[in-house]
Amino acid sequence: MTPLLQIRNVVKRFGALVAVDDVSLDIAANEFFALLGASGSGKTTLLRILAGFEDPNAGQILLDAEDIAHVPPNKRPVNLMFQSYALFPHMTVRDNIAYGLEMERLPRAQITSRVDDILDVIQLSPFADRKPEQLSGGQKQRVALARALVKRPRVLLLDEPLGALDKKLRGAMQLELKRLQNEVGITFVVVTHDQEEALVMADRIAILKDGKLLQCGAPREVYEHPVNRFAADFIGVMNFFPGQAEPGGLRLPDGTRFAAGDPAPLGPAPHGPAVAAVRPERIRLAAGDNSLTGTVSALAYHGLDLQLHVETPLSPKPVTVRLTADVAEAQTLRQGDTVTLGWAARDTRIFPV
Amino acid sequence: MHSPARHRFMLLILGGVFAFLYVPISVLVALSFNDGGLPTAWTGFSVKWYGELFRNADILQAGLNTLIVALVSSALATVLGTFLAIGVEIRRRRGRLLEALIFAPMIVPDIVLAIALLSFFSFLKMPMGLHTIIMAHVVFNLAFVCAVVRARLKSFDWSIVEASADLGASTTTSYRRIVLPVLAPAIVAGALLAFTLSVDEFIIAYFTAGAGRGSTTLPMQIYAMIRFGVTPEINALATLAIGLSVTMLALAQRLNKGGLPGQ
Repeated sequence: MTPLLQIRNVVKRFGALVAVDDVSLDIAANEFFALLGASGSGKTTLLRILAGFEDPNAGQILLDAEDIAHVPPNKRPVNLMFQSYALFPHMTVRDNIAYGLEMERLPRAQITSRVDDILDVIQLSPFADRKPEQLSGGQKQRVALARALVKRPRVLLLDEPLGALDKKLRGAMQLELKRLQNEVGITFVVVTHDQEEALVMADRIAILKDGKLLQCGAPREVYEHPVNRFAADFIGVMNFFPGQAEPGGLRLPDGTRFAAGDPAPLGPAPHGPAVAAVRPERIRLAAGDNSLTGTVSALAYHGLDLQLHVETPLSPKPVTVRLTADVAEAQTLRQGDTVTLGWAARDTRIFPV
Repeated sequence: MHSPARHRFMLLILGGVFAFLYVPISVLVALSFNDGGLPTAWTGFSVKWYGELFRNADILQAGLNTLIVALVSSALATVLGTFLAIGVEIRRRRGRLLEALIFAPMIVPDIVLAIALLSFFSFLKMPMGLHTIIMAHVVFNLAFVCAVVRARLKSFDWSIVEASADLGASTTTSYRRIVLPVLAPAIVAGALLAFTLSVDEFIIAYFTAGAGRGSTTLPMQIYAMIRFGVTPEINALATLAIGLSVTMLALAQRLNKGGLPGQ
């Protein structure tokens, strides 16, 4: 089965700047796909190419195996939910949502029933006759979503859909979006700079940096098996120890050796300057395959878990450790305590720098 | 911060300024209702001068001419000025020179513009009349409409135009259903402003009207009549003109400010 949406060797240049640099991606039907990257990574440009607002300099965009790279936005079965929501200020909620269906010249009765249905889904029926300025941020966000969804696009593009919401609402809407996507069965492509948001919502994540595709995979895969130091740093929290790579591990400047159990599956084993990396939740308060001793410089209680910062000469930054808060040792820890940290070789990754 | 005495002094100055501005106008309005018709003595209230006014064929003809000039020139200026404003906004990055050129008719003294247009029409050997006044008025009204619409465009969110295209609208439909309705308050305000400016414009009309009496506008008619002294009819006419201008300007202000909330 061919993927619903195929992005093939797409390039977009703005003068001397290469905003999207030879990116290829396959997105399957009904997938919740996230384009993740920092600002300037090219993720928004790629989304605007998919929507038809930017003309790629090279490459193809295949939707159902048909190249739509140069089809104007109003002729694509693809809709975009704008970061600013871009609601029409002079129209009511109902008219905003109906607009796209009117452009399809559907019969009045059908438009009304589809608008009523979607108003129900987003739970804004009582607000149907309000103007956008009379709505809260969260309500505007839902109207923008409904306005795009009501057209039943093949692909729905979302540009930082939760960016303008406050933290608590954002958490709720992450799950809400995911539920909605399941319900309507439309392919979602969402652009976000928030790695946590991508991990929670997406079926697959593509990490972009400087216009290039760095890694693409399921959330667990990109979290557990980042392809390089940048991806490792960008997704979640990672501790790094600089040193020299050697077969099966890394030699630190003081002579300590860290063993790595997961040799990079692709390419030759790293050599020369490198970093050993380990996730905070993989570290225990006991010696392991790899161990170090350090001083607790900060303790933060987060309810479910306890976060430690441990100073060690082996790392320029304090090592972050996440312990389950009800672990016995965790309850007696004080700032200034000397602790031994350890973790397994299989949780250690080596990245060239 | 301010002492009461100082405050009272400021109020006095304010009162003085307003008196300076509005007493002559009030006197004019009052005299238009003076039965005797002499500016020296009040002999009782009457609206007979308004009656006289509407029996004066010259004034009625001039009024009609003014109305034609104002309606046609403000309509043309509104259409052209709106598209000009949108075009300039879209191509804003092309530099400031274009902007300066557009607003020149607002800044160039009327007399200069009047002479320039007169020379231009003579150069083209164009017979002059109402149509040349209309063209001349379009020239300066264009700048005013453009200025009003551009002010509105400064806060215009262009992503709604993209949203419209994304939802399936053609460019024409996007302009008809999204851009123009959102800009409507500014466009109407610009049109009202243009109409008002055109109604009481004298210098340019005077220079571009040609010789015939058929193209006399109201300000020109008043000027002609005033050479034989200020008649009560003129007071009545002026009072009507004030009423019209104030109404139009108030309407324009209201529309442009209260237009679309949230913008």
